[in-house]
Amino acid sequence: MLNEKREFYLALSIQHLNFERRMNLKLRIWRQRDANSKGALVDYEVKVNPHMSFLEMLDELNETLQQKGQEPVAFDHDCREGICGSCNLFINGRPHGPMQTTTCQLHMRHFHEGETVVIEPWRAKAFPIVKDLIVDRSAFDRIVQAGGYISVNTGSARDANEIPIPKIIADEAFNSAACIACGACVAACKNASAMLFVGAQISKLALLPQGKAERKATGRENGGSDGCGGFWSLLQYRGLLG
Amino acid sequence: MSWVAQTLNSTLGRKLVMALTGLFLCTFLIVHAGGNTMLFRSDGGQAFNEYTYFMTHNPLIKMVSYILYTSILLHAVYAGILTAINRKARPVGYAYARPSENSTWASRNMGFLGVILLLFIIVHMRTFWYEMHFGSVPMATYDGQEYKDLYKVVIWAFSQWPYVVLYTISMAAMAFHLVHGFRSGFQTLGGNHPKYNPLLSNLSWAFGIIISALFAAMPIYVFIQTH
Repeated sequence: MLNEKREFYLALSIQHLNFERRMNLKLRIWRQRDANSKGALVDYEVKVNPHMSFLEMLDELNETLQQKGQEPVAFDHDCREGICGSCNLFINGRPHGPMQTTTCQLHMRHFHEGETVVIEPWRAKAFPIVKDLIVDRSAFDRIVQAGGYISVNTGSARDANEIPIPKIIADEAFNSAACIACGACVAACKNASAMLFVGAQISKLALLPQGKAERKATGRENGGSDGCGGFWSLLQYRGLLG
Repeated sequence: MSWVAQTLNSTLGRKLVMALTGLFLCTFLIVHAGGNTMLFRSDGGQAFNEYTYFMTHNPLIKMVSYILYTSILLHAVYAGILTAINRKARPVGYAYARPSENSTWASRNMGFLGVILLLFIIVHMRTFWYEMHFGSVPMATYDGQEYKDLYKVVIWAFSQWPYVVLYTISMAAMAFHLVHGFRSGFQTLGGNHPKYNPLLSNLSWAFGIIISALFAAMPIYVFIQTH
């Protein structure tokens, strides 16, 4: 009985590790030489392994493009662990694609044989295109620099439990602090608004006692009453254009 | 800049104006729909004409009507400004987007629905409001007192199919406009709470459909009665 079970799981894992399994996909990728050029969607055909991550699939495409002497597709990526917020692709009409995860954590098994996959950069005036799929998201940094911080005296770190904070409040503040500034909220919003990002920047600090003292100033500097509408108008209004 | 001007120039302040004028217009719709149900009475229009007389002569109603005209204008102007800002925020759109996964059709087309309603309001006010105030309306006499017979004008208009079609289409647009607008008005004013959100959503659907259906029933009812 035990052996049977072991053999079953062994067979299952071998099947799962079948790296030879390939899937045909048609990619439509936004290619744009630089910020000032006119871009267009270019078609590519790839054979991919379902166990690849989305970025690994693009790596493989770039390898073949380079072998052919063509310009590889430029896209942002860094940690590939879903925590840095670098990857940002608009895949098949949704930010980060069909699953609720970052692009680097999206795997090719969520696509089916013969599917057409449209890959575009974030579209917002506040996120100008640098090249192909890479956009300049430094507007987020400027918002944080303008007021997304609190004043803390330097010195050795204070004891973690010195200031009592209820668990519910700590969890809520952490939820906001978990924003990795990937920009998907701006990409998804029909008004290209940074409302969710700005909201997270404010509440991650303002919910806690350390941030409460500067709550009003933080909100104002972050965009305050103007953070709700167009992201672009917020930057204009706050003088935060790059 | 004073804080009032600063608020009204911020996008949040503008949304606040949209919400306050929008919700005020919702209360007006309730009164307007309620009063107009007099059209369903088969008394040759006496109740309706007495009601219109009251609405055009009561000083309080007159005062509120000026707030109403201002609200419609503010709502339209601010909608134009906000739509322009939002358009500018994404000058190049997506080649392939599936926005329905995080927003409703009505919410994305409030501007389009609003333009239909604005055109409707212009035709509607020219047909009834202008005739009542500045045009020549036949008179009717009840208990020795003379009344402007607006009922006759209503029957004249609604017995023609182009009016019925225009009104029915406009009321369908209004239903979508209200389903999103009523709920969003509260959202802008801070009315967002996990416990009450479902109630607010259901209320918004009910409000949009009931009010619009009631209004659409009037021209259809008159058309059927006169044919």
